[in-house]
Amino acid sequence: MTDHRDDRITFTVAINGHSRSITTHACATLLDVLREELSLTGTKKGCDMGACGACTVLVDGRRIKSCLALAVMQDGRDVQTIEGLAPDGGFHPLQQAFIDHDALQCGYCTPGQIMSAIGLIREGRATSEASIREYMSGNLCRCGAYPHIVAAIADAAGTKP
Amino acid sequence: MNPFTYRRARDARDALGMASNPGVSFIAGGTDFMQLWKAGISAPDLVVDISRLALDTVETYGGGVRIGALARMSDVADHPDIRDGYPVMAQALLASASPQVRNAATIGGNLLQRTRCVYFRSGALPCNKREPGSGCSAQEGENRQHAIFGASTLCAAAHASDLAVALVALDARVRLASRDGERTLALEDFFRSPDTQPECDTVITPGELIVAIDVPAGAWARHSHYLKIRDRASFEFAVVSAAVALDVADGRIRMARVAAGGVGTKPWRLRACEAALAGAPPDTATFTMAARLAGEGARPLRRNAFKVELLERAVLRALKTVREEP
Repeated sequence: MTDHRDDRITFTVAINGHSRSITTHACATLLDVLREELSLTGTKKGCDMGACGACTVLVDGRRIKSCLALAVMQDGRDVQTIEGLAPDGGFHPLQQAFIDHDALQCGYCTPGQIMSAIGLIREGRATSEASIREYMSGNLCRCGAYPHIVAAIADAAGTKP
Repeated sequence: MNPFTYRRARDARDALGMASNPGVSFIAGGTDFMQLWKAGISAPDLVVDISRLALDTVETYGGGVRIGALARMSDVADHPDIRDGYPVMAQALLASASPQVRNAATIGGNLLQRTRCVYFRSGALPCNKREPGSGCSAQEGENRQHAIFGASTLCAAAHASDLAVALVALDARVRLASRDGERTLALEDFFRSPDTQPECDTVITPGELIVAIDVPAGAWARHSHYLKIRDRASFEFAVVSAAVALDVADGRIRMARVAAGGVGTKPWRLRACEAALAGAPPDTATFTMAARLAGEGARPLRRNAFKVELLERAVLRALKTVREEP
């Protein structure tokens, strides 16, 4: 980490498996750096206040809200975004499940829903549809596609109905 | 949004050294800090990153448990010692915020989170907590969510932390470090009432850092429960909550701990309920009689009188739940 002693700092973050050197303002959120500096616009800005979950990414494998995270604090960490899920042009099983179950309408919340669902499955919380609903509560869908989102996650996770 | 300078602390000593100047904020999980900063409520000149300090462990100590201030909410909730030995804490944590926030937010930060009072957060109308001396819009305004215990004419904002309610019920103590050394005080005394200086939520002084929470051992901790009543099923702050813990032996309650959330300007211990439970058999008659005392001393505002009965019912249901658990 290099502190330029103005208001900019240079640090290194692994983004979807690739090491990236980033120079930005100390106050910049991880969400703004992903979208504005790295052109990774798959991660969405909804409320920008931690309420909607559209900005969900994985840091060191754990789901967080990137709008509530300072970019500089991710120095040396591993960040995974929706763009890194299917590197060979195919679909990640969760992406395919969202298509199969028609789990989106406008699609704006979908990257956050999918990244959050990956976190949920890793946390071992995809044990029932009720558990999926509870542990997806940090992701809002204003189109109201919730039943299909839960079905898609249950399908991808092999949750018994 | 006021720009700030950022420094990462190498260790606790380095952090405390930087924090001795005015206009400094610590940041760890950042989940509440970022909201306060974006809303213009917090405008530090220097933000000191303490997230990499080695203060994130959960360890047994003197029969109780010591939780590092930088332990993440999700890690503490899933820790086997907490899940099995202090269910009221694990349940309060899992009822808080959302999974993404719990993965980032720390225990120390949870205790220092600011109120969710709409007047404090929005800044559109007077708020003594946000702008000292400007007035309290909740006195005559939208006060359905506000406190029925501990409020003054200066402020009626309810304390938002679920974890703090569980910890106060368990007689937890908070360990604070500064350049002058360490001090430890009861968590209940850590939070301030808004009789004066409603802008100060706690007795923490500038330059002090929460380093750990000590939760003493007690036979009641294992038989404990957190019940949270909300306006929606998940990802919402409490309208009313109840933390209860019972030590039952030979058909009698030896010791009871009852605290409430969503109703006080700070986590509110219900000692009248505890006294009514102590020595009595753990049956529905005892629980009903004790729960009726939950609202004793309440001073509701125009739109939140319903919280008195809701609190009595929450305490009763939480007590019955503890009895039914093995």
